[in-house]
Amino acid sequence: MSPTAAAQPQSPISSLSRRLRGGDEVAWLITLLFATSVLVITALLIGELWIGSAAAREKFGFGFITSRLWNPVTDEFGAYPFLYGTIVTSALALAISVPIGVGAAIFLAELANGKWSDALTFLVELLASVPSVIYGLLAIFTIVPMMREFIGPALKSVFGFLPLFQGPVYGVGYLTASLVLSIMIFPYIISVSREALLAVPREQREAALALGATKWESTWQIVVPFARLGIIGSIFLAFARALGETMAVTMVIGNDMTVHTSLLAPGNTIAAVLASEFNEATGKYYPAALIELGLVLFLLTLVLNGLARLLILVTTNKGSARA
Amino acid sequence: MTIRNIYRKSLNNVMLTLTGICAFVTVSTLFVILAYLVYNGGKSVDLAFFTQLPKGAGEEGGGMANAILGSAEIVAIASAIGIPIGFFTGVYLSEWGGPGFSFLVRYMCDLLNGVPSIVIGIFAWIVVVKPMHQFSALAGGFALSLMLIPITAKSTEQFLVEVPRALREGSLALGATKWRTIASVVVPAARKGIMTGIILGVARIAGESAPLLFTSLNNQYWSTGLSEPTASLPVMIYTHAISAYDDWHRQAWAAGLVLLCLVLVANIAARLIVSRGTTARG
Repeated sequence: MSPTAAAQPQSPISSLSRRLRGGDEVAWLITLLFATSVLVITALLIGELWIGSAAAREKFGFGFITSRLWNPVTDEFGAYPFLYGTIVTSALALAISVPIGVGAAIFLAELANGKWSDALTFLVELLASVPSVIYGLLAIFTIVPMMREFIGPALKSVFGFLPLFQGPVYGVGYLTASLVLSIMIFPYIISVSREALLAVPREQREAALALGATKWESTWQIVVPFARLGIIGSIFLAFARALGETMAVTMVIGNDMTVHTSLLAPGNTIAAVLASEFNEATGKYYPAALIELGLVLFLLTLVLNGLARLLILVTTNKGSARA
Repeated sequence: MTIRNIYRKSLNNVMLTLTGICAFVTVSTLFVILAYLVYNGGKSVDLAFFTQLPKGAGEEGGGMANAILGSAEIVAIASAIGIPIGFFTGVYLSEWGGPGFSFLVRYMCDLLNGVPSIVIGIFAWIVVVKPMHQFSALAGGFALSLMLIPITAKSTEQFLVEVPRALREGSLALGATKWRTIASVVVPAARKGIMTGIILGVARIAGESAPLLFTSLNNQYWSTGLSEPTASLPVMIYTHAISAYDDWHRQAWAAGLVLLCLVLVANIAARLIVSRGTTARG
C-alpha cells in the first residue's frame, strides 16, 4: 500500500459498509428497536384505554365524573363514589403516614449514624417489597377485627358528634383501608425524604448550630425547609402509589357502591371496583365504564407522578450544586 | 438558665425522641408482619402444601402445588419478554442516548413504571385475553412483563452509565468496535448491578396479583398449557383470604408466608450482590 492510497478520503458507502461489518450499526439498530418498542407499548396502553372507554365516554360525557349512580342493570354508570373513596382513603393515609414518615426520615438522616441509618433504611425499603395481597391478608385478620371491636367504638364514643364517625361499625371501610395504605406508603415517604435531607449541605447545619440553635431547631427550621421540595415530592409519590393500590384496599374497603360521610362506613375505590367487577362486566357500556374508570385512575397517577419527579429532580440538583 | 432555654432544651429532647419513635415504629412493622405470618402460617407450610392440589371449598387439607408451578410459569414468561426488552432499552439509553428520542423513551419508562398495576391488567385483558377469547398464563406473563420492562431498563441504564469512561476508551483504543466494547467490557463491568436490578424486578412482579386477576385468572387444577387459565400464588392468597372457610384461611397464611419469604430472600440477595460489587470495585 502506498501512503497516498491510505490517506485518500473514503467514500460514504465504503465507510457505512465498514461500520456495518464492524457491527456497530446493527447493534445500534437492535437496541433502538427495543427502545422503540417501549414507546409503542406505552402509546398502545393509552390508546387502548381511550378506545376501550369510547362507548362510556360518548354516552356519559363529563357527567361520568359527577354522577353517583352505579347500576349495571340499567346501564347507568357514575364514577363519583369511587373517585370519592379513592381520594378520601389516600388523603387519610397520607395524613397518618406523613408525620410518622417524615419523623422517621429526620431520625435516619440527622440522628442515626451512617451505617445504622443505611441498615434501618434498607429494612424500611423492604416494606415496599412486601406484596400488596399480603398486606390485605394481614389486614383482614388483624386491623378489621380491631377496628370492629376497639378502634371504631372508641372513635364513636369520643367523636360520635361528628358526622365522620357515625353509623354502625363493620370493621371494613374507608378508615381501615386508609390505615393499611398508610403502612404501605411509609417506605416511599421515608426513603425519598431521607435522600432529600441528606442532600442538604453540611454548612447549613453547622451555621445554625454555631449560632446557638439546638439540634432540633437546626433540623426543623433550617434543614427541613431546605429539603422541603424533596419531601413534598415524596408525598406526591406516596399519594400516587396510594391511589393505584389495589389488592389490600379491595380486601378491606367493603365494596359499597354509595358515598358515605362516615369514615367507619364501607365504601369503594376505583382500583377496588375494577378488581371486583371487571371479570363480571358484560354488554356494551359496563366494560367501557370500567375501562374509563381505569383511564381516570391512570391520568390521576400520571399527573401526581409527574409532579413528584419534577420536585425530586429540583431538590437533588439544588443540593448537589451547592454541596 | 432562663426558662426560655429550658423550654428549648426540653423541646429538643422531646422532638428528637419522637423522631426516634417514628423510626422504631416503621422499622418494626416489617418484623411484626413477618412474625405474624410465621405464627399463623408456619404450621401449615408442610409437604402437602407444596405437592397437592387445593381441596374444594370447606374441605380439609390439600395444598397449592398448582399455584406454585403456575406462578413460576407466569413469572418465567414475563421474564422472557420483559428482561430482553428492558435490558436492550437500557443499553440504548446509556450508550447511544442523546437528547430528544432518548428523553422520550426515558419518560415513557417512568410513565409505564407509574401505571397502577390494575390498569396494566385491564390493558393486558384488552390486547391478549379479548382476542384469544381465553384467560391464559400467556396473558398473565404479558401483563407482568409490562411492569418488568421499566424496572430493568432503568437499572440497566443506571449501572451502565456508572462504568468508568477509561474502561471504554481503553477498549476502543485497542481497536475494538463500539458494540464489542459494550458487549465484552461495559456490560460485564456492570453485570452485578444489572443482575440486582433484574432480581429486584422479578421479585416485585412475582408478588403482584392485581394484573393477574383478569389475565391468568385462577385454576383449582393443573393447567394443561400456556393458553389455559392458570393459578398463581398471589391470586390464590386473595381468593382464599376473602373466602369464608377456616381451612382456606389457613392455606392463605401458608401461601403468604412462602411468598413473603421468597420476596425477602430475593431482596436481601440483591442487596448482598450490590454491596460486594461496590467493595470489589472500590
